Amino acid sequence: MTRLLLALMLAPMLAIAAPAAAVLPDEMLPDPAQEHRARAISKDLRCVVCQNQSIDDSDAPLARDLRLLVREQIAKGKSDAEVRDYVVARYGNFVLLKPPVEGDTLLLWAGPFAVLILGAIGIALWQRRKPATSSADAPLSEAERAELDRLR
Amino acid sequence: MLAEIGHFALILALLVAAAQAVLPMLGAARGDAALMAFGRSAAACQAVLIAIAFASLMTLFGQADFSVALVANHSALSQPLPYRLAATWGNHEGSMLLWVLVLALYGAGIARFGDNLRTTLQARVLSVQAMISVAFLAFALFTSNPFARLSPAPLDGAELNPLLQDPGLVFHPPLLYLGYVGFSITFSFAVAALLDGRADPAWARWMRPWVLAAWVPLTCGITLGSFWAYYELGWGGWWFWDPVENASFMPWLLGTALLHSAIVTEKRGSLAGWTILLAILAFSLSLIGTFLVRSGILTSVHAFAVDPERGVFILAMIVGATGTALALFAARAPQMKSGALFGSISREAGLTVNNLLLMALTAVVFLGTFYPVIMEAVAPANKISVGPPYYNLVFVPLSVPLLLLVTAGPMLAWKRDDLATLARKLLWPAVVTAALLAGLVLALGWQQVVAALGLALGAWLVLGAGLVLARRWWSPNGFSLRLVRTTPAATIGLALAHAGIGFTTAGIAAMTSFAAEHILVMRPGETTSAGPLKLTMLGAEEVDGANYRALRARFAVRQNGSERILVSERRFYDNSRNQTTEAGIGVSLLGNQYVAIGDVQSDAKGQGLVVRLYWHPLVGWIWFGGLLMALGGAASLSDRRFRIGAPQSRAPLAPALVPAE
Repeated sequence: MTRLLLALMLAPMLAIAAPAAAVLPDEMLPDPAQEHRARAISKDLRCVVCQNQSIDDSDAPLARDLRLLVREQIAKGKSDAEVRDYVVARYGNFVLLKPPVEGDTLLLWAGPFAVLILGAIGIALWQRRKPATSSADAPLSEAERAELDRLR
Repeated sequence: MLAEIGHFALILALLVAAAQAVLPMLGAARGDAALMAFGRSAAACQAVLIAIAFASLMTLFGQADFSVALVANHSALSQPLPYRLAATWGNHEGSMLLWVLVLALYGAGIARFGDNLRTTLQARVLSVQAMISVAFLAFALFTSNPFARLSPAPLDGAELNPLLQDPGLVFHPPLLYLGYVGFSITFSFAVAALLDGRADPAWARWMRPWVLAAWVPLTCGITLGSFWAYYELGWGGWWFWDPVENASFMPWLLGTALLHSAIVTEKRGSLAGWTILLAILAFSLSLIGTFLVRSGILTSVHAFAVDPERGVFILAMIVGATGTALALFAARAPQMKSGALFGSISREAGLTVNNLLLMALTAVVFLGTFYPVIMEAVAPANKISVGPPYYNLVFVPLSVPLLLLVTAGPMLAWKRDDLATLARKLLWPAVVTAALLAGLVLALGWQQVVAALGLALGAWLVLGAGLVLARRWWSPNGFSLRLVRTTPAATIGLALAHAGIGFTTAGIAAMTSFAAEHILVMRPGETTSAGPLKLTMLGAEEVDGANYRALRARFAVRQNGSERILVSERRFYDNSRNQTTEAGIGVSLLGNQYVAIGDVQSDAKGQGLVVRLYWHPLVGWIWFGGLLMALGGAASLSDRRFRIGAPQSRAPLAPALVPAE
């Protein structure tokens, strides 16, 4: 059982097995400009049954369905935003590899910059907290004084 | 018998570690030299015992003793001996044993090479190291005993997927482990400093080689992993922002920050608290790296053990170690002195900004990796995914200022400097970079301005590295061989590592902007193109391999007048019913030609083979840069000042005094 699990887990890693069968020629739109847009949109959509793969990279059947769906919508003349909204309406935010900026994801988007700013403030306060002490006026501890005496 | 010897050695090691965790600490508190000396012997003893256990397991794998469950489950007689031996750590139990072995070897290293360490500090470092050891040995013995027997023993074992038998898999995990576990030493140093009540320049100098000893293999491991992903997974991916990749990248980012902040503490006695904090966090993130791989919380393509019980144990370890250390930090930090002041334009300030940016970059990776899990727990209705587009949008803007700073930093003077002096020093690299940027924009056009900026940034970094050496080698009297000979290894290391980031940056910029691909159906005799490549399909044939049938296609690739023959195969393994694709890769200095065939499909002109043609410009530079960074780290590690001991002649700038031993 464990081995079976192992094999299942490893299977995607060995995508050498079927290296990114991903986009196939028969899916492509005849118009290169539209196909280009489809590829760009596909890169930002998650293959919902895969681990961390975009539908552009995945060879899962569901990813193929989504790729075809995206192309179908583009062929209908929808704009990039409309296509994305259409997919999100069906699958939720989970399908977006770039999560929307909203209340729930504020920390995700602002967090790194907050770390930068808070860190800077923290270090500045730390450095200001105590004036520089040069070695000359650093008092020796009792133990150090004793050790110094012993060495003399 | 061998399995029992190994098991027994491991139990003894746990007992020794338990004693080592307590006695030297007690000795340091009481000033008892004998108890402190015990720590050194115990560390050596522990390393020998765990080495015996590891050697036993490896021998069992070599002998193919299938009465041991682990051997039976992970190796077979048909497997070549090197891969049978490598299977020792190619599984959960064995890799935990490797983990504790590395941990004990680092501990023994502290005992052996720590002669010039303050004895109380050394004793405390060894104690803390042993506490980590106890936790991991207990984890190995109680939840993942590698020596468990299997009865009745099978005649042959179960071979791991033959595709996993790859040199990449042999070296990638041990290198990462050397890195992860290496940060246990810096963690121990940090906790010991808090207990000792001193984090002075001498402490930082003692710690720095150990930071490097962890950082160098981690850099190699990540570079190797990225290279492996490229040639195994194909399609030009060299980094996927996969949770497991991120798990190794976070300790690397913080380790890099630690490497630099420890310089400030060593040279100027400042930022000691910050350095301690980084050391604690770097190890916590290493533990989280293990946790990610071991538990099912973040299943990803790499995860090879789905076992929540083990995950809980490791989670408890992370919380215990990090929590205790941070609580200790909170209790002791306010009593620590801040060290020497520095101006807002100074080497110290530059390194501080470097640290802040690296910290922010770590936060990007951390949030990106864990936010989906946290959201799932907090707001299950609104599940989100975080993928490459997020990282590109947040990681890149934060890393550009850092990369700009890399060249300026080493030109800054300690303590106080001014912008005019800095500008004078940076004049030539700036002029050359600006000229290159202008040339690139003219040649490529405005729509490729991002690529031009990336390449120019790479040049800026390499020039900056050259400038460090040039300023060292040219005196007012001209070039001097004597100055070349006397250049400290650390300076050469700095130049190599900084140049390495330059090459990696240029490679990434080129790959992002100039990579070209063409996916189509082809028949023999047809020609297509992608980027600068012209590809002609010469023919396709069926061939028989040792244990597979294959469809083999031959291609001629023309680029700049020269032609190469590339071969791609699609293999069908009848036994395991596996399919694999072997891509044809034409490697050159300026980029790789990559061609892979897929299934049979039809297009307007009838049946043909699906062909994927890629042009990967400068992709090799990404890994070359990684290797240069590791080489730079190794060069710094060899610097003789780490071997001549603490700076005893120089008056320390931090309040604590270095005892004259």
